[in-house]
Amino acid sequence: MNTLTRVLIVDDHAMFRAGVRAELGTSVEVIGEAADVDEAIAAVLAHRPDVVLLDVHLPGGGGAEVMRRLSTAGSADGPKFLALSVSDAAEDVIGTIRSGARGYVTKTITGPELVDAIRRVADGDAVFSPRLAGFVLDAFAGTIEISAVDEDLDRLTEREREVMRLIARGYAYKEVAKELFISIKTVETHMSSVLRKLQLSSRHELTRWASDRRLL
Amino acid sequence: MTTTLPARDVRRATRDLRQPVIGGVAAGLARHLGVPVVWVRAAFLVAAVLGGSGVLFYAGLWLVLPADSPFEVEAPGLESASRGGRRPGRIRRLADSGPAIALVALGLGLVLTAEAIFGHGLVFWPLVLAVLGFGLLWRQADEAQRARWLDQSERLNPVRAVFGSGGWAAYLRVGAGVVLVAGSVALFALRNGHVTEVYDVLISAGLGGIGLGITIGPWVWRLTTDLAAERAERVRTQERADLAAHLHDSVLQTLALIQKNAADHATVSRLARSQERDLRSWLFDATPVGDGTLAGALREVVRDVEDSYGVDVELVTVGEAQVDEALAPIVAATREAVTNAAKHAGSGLVDIYAEVGPGQVEVFVRDRGAGFDPDAVPSDRQGVRSSIVDRMARHGGSAEIRSTPGTGTEVRLRLPRHEETA
Repeated sequence: MNTLTRVLIVDDHAMFRAGVRAELGTSVEVIGEAADVDEAIAAVLAHRPDVVLLDVHLPGGGGAEVMRRLSTAGSADGPKFLALSVSDAAEDVIGTIRSGARGYVTKTITGPELVDAIRRVADGDAVFSPRLAGFVLDAFAGTIEISAVDEDLDRLTEREREVMRLIARGYAYKEVAKELFISIKTVETHMSSVLRKLQLSSRHELTRWASDRRLL
Repeated sequence: MTTTLPARDVRRATRDLRQPVIGGVAAGLARHLGVPVVWVRAAFLVAAVLGGSGVLFYAGLWLVLPADSPFEVEAPGLESASRGGRRPGRIRRLADSGPAIALVALGLGLVLTAEAIFGHGLVFWPLVLAVLGFGLLWRQADEAQRARWLDQSERLNPVRAVFGSGGWAAYLRVGAGVVLVAGSVALFALRNGHVTEVYDVLISAGLGGIGLGITIGPWVWRLTTDLAAERAERVRTQERADLAAHLHDSVLQTLALIQKNAADHATVSRLARSQERDLRSWLFDATPVGDGTLAGALREVVRDVEDSYGVDVELVTVGEAQVDEALAPIVAATREAVTNAAKHAGSGLVDIYAEVGPGQVEVFVRDRGAGFDPDAVPSDRQGVRSSIVDRMARHGGSAEIRSTPGTGTEVRLRLPRHEETA
């Protein structure tokens, strides 16, 4: 890791932004802050960060709105989004993930864990906290009513389910790998494919899914 | 000997507005009568075809039945974030158009059938148009009512009263309704005579409407304004009182305690932790602690252990079940396992994962603490054996304890579940 990951912090509480900045210290490069949806979009377009730390509750339509508007702005090689939230409500978290966030962590996370999560997201992996893994299992089991359920939603493979359960049980990635006798890379592949399945029903993804199968 | 009868819950039928096809009458009725909704819908359709009584019945019920939960109740933090537009909106689903398409197809089929049977009736098409038009307008008014008729500044907003929270769908619906009604009047008049009569009918209908509006309009306006203002005021006052009471009971008391114990680091962090948990669950979690569900019972375990031992406990639950006598042992065993982890592991964090499956309930309790060698535990130590392993075995379940010195401990609890309704 020779160059520092460039991070944008989006949260409507100045106090919290300052706190995160201090926690991150010199491990990553914080290139800017934003307090609402419009500011966030302007900052992303201006600074081109690698990772956007995105609050779920945000004036102007929430973190999901930021991702939606940036994806329609046609930035294919855009930043990765990591949702950071104080809200434990399942529909907030799942909704944000479905809009395109690569991971979700709660605001009680420690500094080093957050740095690790940012690095992992920047490398293209998905970051699941135990709670998010629980929500995902719930969503695929149909217990949480997520607003759009399509056919692909119940198709978690046995292996992906197993990985999600271990993450929900508080296992770290390398412990999951050891437990299931697979490599860490395979764990990450499973996580990414769970994320992809979860995001499928956002309209953008649905379009891509359909055109992949020559349905459009 | 006097016996007091328990207050009887009167079951009132309501319209089910969660997934309405037209007005949620059929779904509400099905729920009230305890029959599948398909039957009710089919009955309405059959009655509609046989002489049209189904349509009248549906419309009558729509008028009479109140909507269920016109105001959705969520945790205060979530409601506030929704009001301020700080939450992600609902994703419209493609499946939504399914019932609508089916309904249109059905309607077309009905119309064609009727035409085939009765031929081109004189009043048939105008009637169909009028019913459709009024239906659209009515449905729109219904949705607008749900949107509280009020704008952000809590004043009655006539535009909002008609169009609800707006959007092209609302405008389209109202527009289509008006066009359909006007079209039906025009068509009816056309069938009866000349084009000039259309103007006469339209003008007289319009004048009649305006006259009615001028006569009773102001009175209705004043009444609704007063009512809305009064209701908004009452709700606001209640909300403020609730908030004040909660802050007083929780945050203020805790801050006072923290000031007194400022030097005692452990106490301060314990107080802050319990307060954070409490406030978070009050703000964002709709389900309370100890509501008789497994997740509620486990939250209670988490609360007790966090407060007594000063560790963080992360709880993740998947699925849900009511805690009855069959499930009580696994809750007790979980409590014991978490307490052990908090006492002996020496790490600051314990993870609990509970999953309710169709056939069994599983709970995993994990820490990354000191760990121990399970085989080296002397046989006279009763804690783990009697309160976890034996307890689970007595109730038909199993407990497995995996521990390695240095990397931590995981307790796996399993309990088969017999659905009494299965």
